[in-house]
Amino acid sequence: MANLRRTPLYDEHKNLGAKLVDFAGYEMPVQYSGIKSEHEAVRNRAGLFDVSHMGEVFFRGSDAEAAVQRLVTRDVSRLAEGQAGYAAVCYESGGTVDDVLVYKRPGAEYMIVVNAANREKDIEHFRENVPGLDVEISDESDEWSLIAAQGPEAVEMLETFTETDLASVKYYRFVEGEIAGKRAIISRTGYTGEDGFELYLANDDAPEVWRSLVEAGAAPAGLGARDTLRLEAGMCLYGNELDADTSPLEAGISFAVHLTKDVEFIGQGALLRQDADGLDRKLVAFEVEGRGIARHGHTVTDGAEIVGEVTSGTMSPTLGAAIGLALVAPTTPDRFEVIIRDNPIPAKIVELPFYKREK
Amino acid sequence: MSLPQDLKYTKSHEWVRTDENGDTATIGITDHAQDELGDVVFVELPSVGDTFDKGETFGTVESVKAVSDLYAPIAGEVVEVNSALEDSPEKINEDPYGEGWILKLKTSGDSGDLLSAADYEKVMEEGD
Repeated sequence: MANLRRTPLYDEHKNLGAKLVDFAGYEMPVQYSGIKSEHEAVRNRAGLFDVSHMGEVFFRGSDAEAAVQRLVTRDVSRLAEGQAGYAAVCYESGGTVDDVLVYKRPGAEYMIVVNAANREKDIEHFRENVPGLDVEISDESDEWSLIAAQGPEAVEMLETFTETDLASVKYYRFVEGEIAGKRAIISRTGYTGEDGFELYLANDDAPEVWRSLVEAGAAPAGLGARDTLRLEAGMCLYGNELDADTSPLEAGISFAVHLTKDVEFIGQGALLRQDADGLDRKLVAFEVEGRGIARHGHTVTDGAEIVGEVTSGTMSPTLGAAIGLALVAPTTPDRFEVIIRDNPIPAKIVELPFYKREK
Repeated sequence: MSLPQDLKYTKSHEWVRTDENGDTATIGITDHAQDELGDVVFVELPSVGDTFDKGETFGTVESVKAVSDLYAPIAGEVVEVNSALEDSPEKINEDPYGEGWILKLKTSGDSGDLLSAADYEKVMEEGD
């Protein structure tokens, strides 16, 4: 594959026999043993993902917080040092630039973790929209690798590689420590609906940490399983549920939008209007009742009129049913039809998430 | 990658097994095709009695990530479909040339330009 970027773990993927695909300009593993078995390994034991393609952008300077406040929908002043929060980055229109994780680091420094496909667009948007603020916006994506260890046995497994008391690191909190002797930002976050950690590592250190965890029994898992896992957990994927024409309120992530925060943020006016006037579209979760698998882009009808579109759809390995998310008119009935290869297939709205782990 | 020498193949990765009389053709997808697709989770089959021209889409195989159309390697009428695949689509992964067969066509059609195993191997080497 010509001109594709590789993560520092590329050789590991090759050695593990991964199937590599172009994802956001990176040559990334889509699967190793098979999506279903990797999915099940994460749900039942522990899986390991290379997500080094994600971007790390640092905000430093006396106005770092003011800059982040202006750029994201979450009120980051409420984050404690060592806490991370999910947020959207919006245009003035209320459409979404990206969905991100904001980390409040020691020394009033912020790290924003962005989607690989949006990295350049995000940086440009960030820099354009902080005039007059004393902030240095530093894209350090190429210096960091990111390994996600996820699953019911992931924490226990990681504990054997660190002195850090992982049990004391709560959900969406992070600490700096060592994993397998390598410095890491150890973050109790993930994109699978399982417990686990994401490990931000220096590029040179990533392969050894990866190998240690694989040897300890973590199943390498690719982007294919990552997608089925996040969909079962009801998490949004930029480009599917979220895009420049879709607001975070429409996509159902209002928990990441603090509409009334004190500091004005880009898109706040548009989102306040949407909130006051009512949304034109809403995100719903559905299960296909007939035979077929709904996919991204399939049309949704109420039996007569087009009412929306499927944003994500797959065969859920955990439920054994075809599930999906769709952006539809707010008046859409609980039972609707998805047009799959010209055939209307019945589907019904269900509660999110599709899958919730036992705690 | 398994590649039985006695079968015929297409560039679109179907295999064809013609019975002794030459009038019934069993069709499936190749080991290479199932491997490329990954875990098959859904198969859409035609009905018995449907007729297809050579090259026409007769069904769909879906894995977790991908949707792949099936193309009739030869013209004919469907005389049997492997309805076991509706509940156990993974048979296509497990046994693509055996229990993973997809349908049988009654055919008088020209099978002249189907590929031999050796020719299909070249297609695979060249990449799709």
